[in-house]
Amino acid sequence: MQKAKGKVMSVNESLVGAQTTEGAVMNGEVAYIIIEDGKRLKAEVIDVKDGNNVYLQVFEDTSWMKVGDPVQFTGLPLAVKLGPGILGSVTDGLQNPLYELGKIEWFLERGLEVDPLDNTKKWHFTPRVDKGATVTGGSVLGSVPEKLFEHKIFVPFSLQTSHTVEHIVAEGEYTVDEPIAVIKDSSGQRIELKMAFEWPVKTSMPFKERSVPVKPMPTGIRILDALFPIAYGGTACNPGPFGAGKTVLQHSLARHSQADVVIIAACGERAGEAVEVFKDFPELIDPRTGKSLMDRTYIVGNTSSMPVAAREASVYMATTVGEYYRKQGLNVLILADSTSRWAQALRETSGRKEEIPGPEAFPMYISTLISAFYDRAGVEILGDGQMGSLSIIGTVSPAGGNFDEPVTQATLLSTGAFWGLSRALSDARKYPAIDRIDSNSKYPSLLEQEEVSYLLELLRDGKTIASNIILMGEKGITDESYIRYQKAELLDAVFLQQNSFHEVDGVTDPDRMRLMFNMVREIIDADVGLKGKEEIRSHFNFVRQAFLDWNYMRPDEEGFEKQKTKLLNLVKKRGHVAENV
Amino acid sequence: MLQKTYENIDSIGRAILSIKAKGVHNKELAEVIYPNGEKAFAQVIALDGDQVTLQLFGGGFGVSTDCKIRFLGKPVQVGFSYDMLGRVYSGNGQPIDGGPELLSDRVRVAGPSINPVKRLIPKDMIRTGVPMIDVFNTLVRSQKIPIFAKAGEPYNRLLANIATQTDADVIIIGGVGLKYDEFHYFRQRIEEAGSKNKTIMFIHTHRDSIVEGLMVPDLALAVAEQFALQGKNVFVLLSDMTQWSDYLRQVANAQDQIPANQGYPGDLYSQLASRYEKAADIEGAGSLTILGVTTMDDVTHPVPDNTGYITEGQFFMKDGYLELFGSLSRLKQQVNDRTRPDHRSIMNAMARLLSEAEERVKAQKFGSVKDDYSLRLLEYRKTFQRELMDPFRYLELEDALDLCWDILAQHFKKEEVGLSSKLIEAYWPEKGKFKILKEKTHE
Repeated sequence: MQKAKGKVMSVNESLVGAQTTEGAVMNGEVAYIIIEDGKRLKAEVIDVKDGNNVYLQVFEDTSWMKVGDPVQFTGLPLAVKLGPGILGSVTDGLQNPLYELGKIEWFLERGLEVDPLDNTKKWHFTPRVDKGATVTGGSVLGSVPEKLFEHKIFVPFSLQTSHTVEHIVAEGEYTVDEPIAVIKDSSGQRIELKMAFEWPVKTSMPFKERSVPVKPMPTGIRILDALFPIAYGGTACNPGPFGAGKTVLQHSLARHSQADVVIIAACGERAGEAVEVFKDFPELIDPRTGKSLMDRTYIVGNTSSMPVAAREASVYMATTVGEYYRKQGLNVLILADSTSRWAQALRETSGRKEEIPGPEAFPMYISTLISAFYDRAGVEILGDGQMGSLSIIGTVSPAGGNFDEPVTQATLLSTGAFWGLSRALSDARKYPAIDRIDSNSKYPSLLEQEEVSYLLELLRDGKTIASNIILMGEKGITDESYIRYQKAELLDAVFLQQNSFHEVDGVTDPDRMRLMFNMVREIIDADVGLKGKEEIRSHFNFVRQAFLDWNYMRPDEEGFEKQKTKLLNLVKKRGHVAENV
Repeated sequence: MLQKTYENIDSIGRAILSIKAKGVHNKELAEVIYPNGEKAFAQVIALDGDQVTLQLFGGGFGVSTDCKIRFLGKPVQVGFSYDMLGRVYSGNGQPIDGGPELLSDRVRVAGPSINPVKRLIPKDMIRTGVPMIDVFNTLVRSQKIPIFAKAGEPYNRLLANIATQTDADVIIIGGVGLKYDEFHYFRQRIEEAGSKNKTIMFIHTHRDSIVEGLMVPDLALAVAEQFALQGKNVFVLLSDMTQWSDYLRQVANAQDQIPANQGYPGDLYSQLASRYEKAADIEGAGSLTILGVTTMDDVTHPVPDNTGYITEGQFFMKDGYLELFGSLSRLKQQVNDRTRPDHRSIMNAMARLLSEAEERVKAQKFGSVKDDYSLRLLEYRKTFQRELMDPFRYLELEDALDLCWDILAQHFKKEEVGLSSKLIEAYWPEKGKFKILKEKTHE
């Protein structure tokens, strides 16, 4: 296709109208607008009208652009460069590496583009096919070690037909942009392959074979792992008003989830929070690998003050990279914060295009886009018994904390787990402030189904009794009900609440969670035989105190077993009267 | 550069003007020249063929079709100089304190934000002496945080207190839609505190055009950023950003933009974010802290709602008190582990008990609160409000923490407060040994 040329006709913030003067134009292709000082501003074609009137969404600030500025079309869709070197990096929503940009400029000046993958770094390539082998899209040519993993070098997935390997380089050191193989098809057409290739961000990579997400992914957060789990390859959404604890929850998930690769898409969120992650993570050691957490992390830092159009791209970029690492046979987790900001970016553009708005001025097609996005998650069977998974946890920031708004509603329909954050719980400092009653998950828990029901029933009873206490006072309910209520409160305080800033309590592995659950159950099942509200409350206060002290102890710590015994004795003998807790 | 002058204005609205012109740049600065030779500023905000839309700094009233428009070939800029300290400027950058105009460097306004990798993780506590802030929602250098309050609350007094009780190198006040007496108040407070020589004011009052009001945060932040880049710790006070958003809504409406929630433009979030995100602790330089005011009826209104998703918390003011619930400092965890070992735990324990007390307040309305523990909770709530929630009570952090322990000990038994045994041993005041609080006798 001949690349088109054109000129700017109108400018309205990030929406630019252009007219093509030659060549054909494709919806979704990337174009550059060259402004007076020679800066090249990247844009994407989002609409074509009357054959040669084109609407461009510019990924940068459009100041100083003028009517008549030349537009160069590339003929290529917005794409991500895939290859070794992504892990550990921090980029903006268009895959410009922020640390590299930082070497050039203090500010995020426009018109700068830096190669997303370091093309001077040499990787140790080991070929896995011989000359003469037959390959097609997705075949493995060889591999290089990348941080914690053996990174497979693929034949680009877009290649549909069989090719023969005509040449492949010997084991050795190569950069991502050096040719490593030449393949040819039956007609003799030859293609030179490199370690890195591109994939369009808005096109989902095809699954080789898809399976259902059923294996729970431990997150280290007890309320999730026990009551509202996510599975490898599953999806979850996490709506809540501001201040309910979404960010802390996301950071905790990023640190402690048992995924191989974690991708954080800071989509239109506070820069300060993104900085916290990418400055903190290199210092933190992943207990499972003994290496820096950053070695398994990739961050898209497209924060709130960056141009809005790049915000829309950032979510797709993160997902494409996620799909690529799934093809590597890894378990990938994407944390998208926030999908509402992404939807707002779409609303902004849609409004400028003067499209007829849907509910709350969001474009009519918002729900279709949201469900298509979450559908890119899943478990993939890659052959050779290998599996890879891509899980997506999307944060939703509903306007006014109202879950009835279109983005939350569309997200609820598209995801398998719902973690609703509650202002009331966060006000009461009951973190994580995930609604105990209204949240749900369709994925299997680390606990048995019977155990989950047992906990949920107690929580529901506790809530009912609490509202009765408000209506009738403590004296208006029976001791039996009051004990049940205290048990529900205890469960909440010692098991569901968790201090994410505490080095021990901040993360609970599945073994410890099992142990804690057994302890909680033993306490709940115990017949305390107490009389009178004062005595009952006092007993549960002592138990809570002892349990919390135990929660903050490491299992290998001296006193851990002793505290556990003390706690159980307290429950059995009501020994607190004599014992000094 | 040749500056072309155009006649034949097409339309004039409240704040918008359109004219046919060629070779004009988006966001270019222009001059409106009146028939009598007087001039006013305008800025290009949209282009469509040879149709140019301008935003009028002085508003549309009084602009006539025989005015001329001259495009100045440069973007909107603001002066930057140390001589600006102590001075007062309007929303178009002109001095309004009777002093001379300054010839100074010009710096760009509304430029891109700093690359996140050039930011440091905020790490310095700002002591304000306000217990509800220092103990419960610690302010941190480089934080961006608004005060959420209804009109009529003494938010500007709190804003001025925070700014003058702490150790900023430079204070920049951006007043948007201020009443004259509020402007006067800020000036007086700054002078009383002896901070005049480190303060610059950009003031827009109700009698000025809304476009000038729209410019205020950009001017204030552009100047602040320069000081921060030169190694200064800068405080920017913005009051009030709800007014500012309303001006934004008016201009968007005049442009026939399709509105999003409650008539605000679809880019309200991006617009607010690009201002608030100027707050930063800059690697190898100084810092920029933003304290704003967002007036509101309730937090679900689009302005506080969007603001809350951008800022690093908020101080929630109600009935003259700084509220515990509703207030939040997202950065407090960065610093409150290095103040005193009991800080975090007591902060949480106090909050948890207060929320339990709030439940009893509800119950009380049904007349069902008669048990001793509930009554003690209610007493605790009263003491908490009286001793801690006054935004104008000054206490050093350590004294405020001691006061918290005193309050707990006055109302609760050790095992009722949900604190670890270790901390209780270290800090629980024995009866009659309260450091701050004089023990009140129970009826």
